Amino acid sequence: MASATTTTAATTMTKDVILKVEHLSMRFGGLMAINDFSFEAYRGDITALIGPNGAGKTTVFNCITGFYKPTMGMITMRQKAGKEYLLERLPDFEITKQAKVARTFQNIRLFSGLTVLENLLVAQHNTLMRASGYTVLGLLGFPAYKQASKQSIEIAKHWLERASLIDRADDPAGDLPYGAQRRLEIARAMCTGPELLCLDEPAAGLNPRESLALNDLLQGVRRDTGASILLIEHDMSVVMEISDHVVVLEYGQKISDGNPEFVKNDPKVIAAYLGVEDDEVEDVIAEVEGEEGGLK
Amino acid sequence: MANMTNKRESAGGDLTARALREAMFAGLISLGLFFLFVGLKTDQNILNELVLVQRWGLLAIFVIVAAVGRFLMVAYVQPWSASRKAAKAEAVGIAEDRESFFKRNFTVIALIGLVLYPVLAVVLFGAQGSLKWVDNFGIQILIYVMLAWGLNIVVGLAGLLDLGYVAFYAVGAYSYALLSSYLGLSFWVLLPIAGLLAAVWGTVLGFPVLRLRGDYLAIVTLAFGEIIRLVLINWTEVTKGTFGVSGIAKASIFGIWSFDVSAPNNFAKAFGLPMSSAYYKIFLFYLILALAGLTAYVTIRLRRMPIGRAWEALREDEIACRSLGINTVTTKLTAFATGAMFGGFAGSFFAVRQGFVSPESFVFLESAVILAIVVLGGMGSLTGIAIAAVVMIGGTEILRELDFLKAVFGPDFTPELYRMLIFGLAMVVVMVWKPRGFVGSREPTAFLKERKNVSGSFTKEGHG
Repeated sequence: MASATTTTAATTMTKDVILKVEHLSMRFGGLMAINDFSFEAYRGDITALIGPNGAGKTTVFNCITGFYKPTMGMITMRQKAGKEYLLERLPDFEITKQAKVARTFQNIRLFSGLTVLENLLVAQHNTLMRASGYTVLGLLGFPAYKQASKQSIEIAKHWLERASLIDRADDPAGDLPYGAQRRLEIARAMCTGPELLCLDEPAAGLNPRESLALNDLLQGVRRDTGASILLIEHDMSVVMEISDHVVVLEYGQKISDGNPEFVKNDPKVIAAYLGVEDDEVEDVIAEVEGEEGGLK
Repeated sequence: MANMTNKRESAGGDLTARALREAMFAGLISLGLFFLFVGLKTDQNILNELVLVQRWGLLAIFVIVAAVGRFLMVAYVQPWSASRKAAKAEAVGIAEDRESFFKRNFTVIALIGLVLYPVLAVVLFGAQGSLKWVDNFGIQILIYVMLAWGLNIVVGLAGLLDLGYVAFYAVGAYSYALLSSYLGLSFWVLLPIAGLLAAVWGTVLGFPVLRLRGDYLAIVTLAFGEIIRLVLINWTEVTKGTFGVSGIAKASIFGIWSFDVSAPNNFAKAFGLPMSSAYYKIFLFYLILALAGLTAYVTIRLRRMPIGRAWEALREDEIACRSLGINTVTTKLTAFATGAMFGGFAGSFFAVRQGFVSPESFVFLESAVILAIVVLGGMGSLTGIAIAAVVMIGGTEILRELDFLKAVFGPDFTPELYRMLIFGLAMVVVMVWKPRGFVGSREPTAFLKERKNVSGSFTKEGHG
């Protein structure tokens, strides 16, 4: 598990870029929520987007997944097959459908009145729609739909086992405990068959044990499906444990970018999190270096 | 042990004493309340002077009713309901097994009952006497069942509040009425056309309102319903305005047998039966039964298809739907169009049954009644909605039959006039008693191990 953190900057450089955000800006009236923000996420990596509250992380997410149209900038998604999509030009549902970018939400958005299984079947809507001949053939009882329907249940079962929710498959999603709802949301996003999975604070509100299970789930997702993960997270134990690449955002601007080890020791990041004045940054750097020397 | 029985006895004594005490209080309160309301009445005498009439007898009746009522409530009703509640809580597991046969086979039993219903009516009341039961009760209720099932797709499944559903009913009715009288097309040709036209109008309405949610959507659909009605009233060259379209052709049995008295292939003549209008009504009953059955069948099938699941997901959370790659625009449009189509079918049936359509049949009140049936039945539940339609429409029809009430309230009393009052009262009672409608739980569309109904507390009503 710890091996993830050993990835060095040198290896990530050679990696294939899956998501490229260039000069992204988002203005809400007079507020510049994101200001000329650029970063790259690499294929097969877990990229973490961190920053203090109000830094604009969720806004970046909403721009990537099409819920906001950015004021400026370009977001390019490059699929494994080489196909490229400009996400800022696609409507939100097409981003999931065509560009294969799935997301979860900070405040969990499950279909609470549907069962856990149904939640995962809804996520396979587009595949099933095609198989049912856009409802017409399915309504007439063509076998193609029956087969696709069986297959979709198998996929759902697979993810239920992954998220250890198989025992609760027939319960309403709203009845699950909080941690299970988080896992279900990830499983549901995975059922859309994404190449890039965007998670908005997946560990928020989880206890240490659930948080550990989440780490395993995410590592497993990356290992077995080859999907890349982009996540916003406050829980540093999760970020440092699983991410290969960390991007730090403050006041809508990037202040640091690199592997977890690098970011952890970046004085700018420390200053942002501890909240010191700009002219005190030097002191903080000295302090940090002093501490490290002391530890050694 | 002895201690306990003692306690119970003393509890019983306490109860009676408490009941008597509360009855006395209730009597005193009602005496105070009704002393001026009922006990004294201002009136005019022959000289046009104001006089006080004393009505002590009536006041005494009021007080006694209040006191006795309170006594019975405290001494008997409350302990009875409490013990019943306790028994219910104990016997949850047992009760399920006992009810399951009727519950499991409810659909089959209901269907057999419906198919046999006209036969039973004819056997019991004769051909002429059965008319009232088949037409006023059977057909009338089934029309509303079908309309409510159609609206259920829009409101119950997709969670889009539509207050103008009657517009599609009107489109269907006028499609048949006008096309059959101008072009002379038969019912079986026009039935799908009417459904199609209503679906087109559903899509036309759908486009501008897709952006709107909740209250705003409700208002726009309400306005749409009114627009259709006003067009029907004012476009006199085509629709004949408020006079309506009359003399609409009857339906035939697939063109083989006709119900026109003069036609050579008349149904009664063909089978050598005595002339009666009952055959046509019975035929209409089976027709609407088949149409309602089609609505139910399609709804059940669609719920298990991706589109139906997307409708329900849309009701639960629209943003999550979009994040899963579901095109919410087309999903909403299909819900509107499908719901409207069944409204159109019901409308063309209505035109055939009445033989006359006028804009007066398509007022907002109709939309409200249909919506009320959907909400009372439990949004999304076909069984619940059917029960609600029987209770609401059948209940108001039964009011016409309650002639004995005239003996109680005097010969001027017409129970039909209280229809809306009772309708409203029933709605308040049901909503207090079962806030999620008759059937509040939702049946899942797929399951791994067992089909467990989802309690109404988890499902959302949708917000446009």
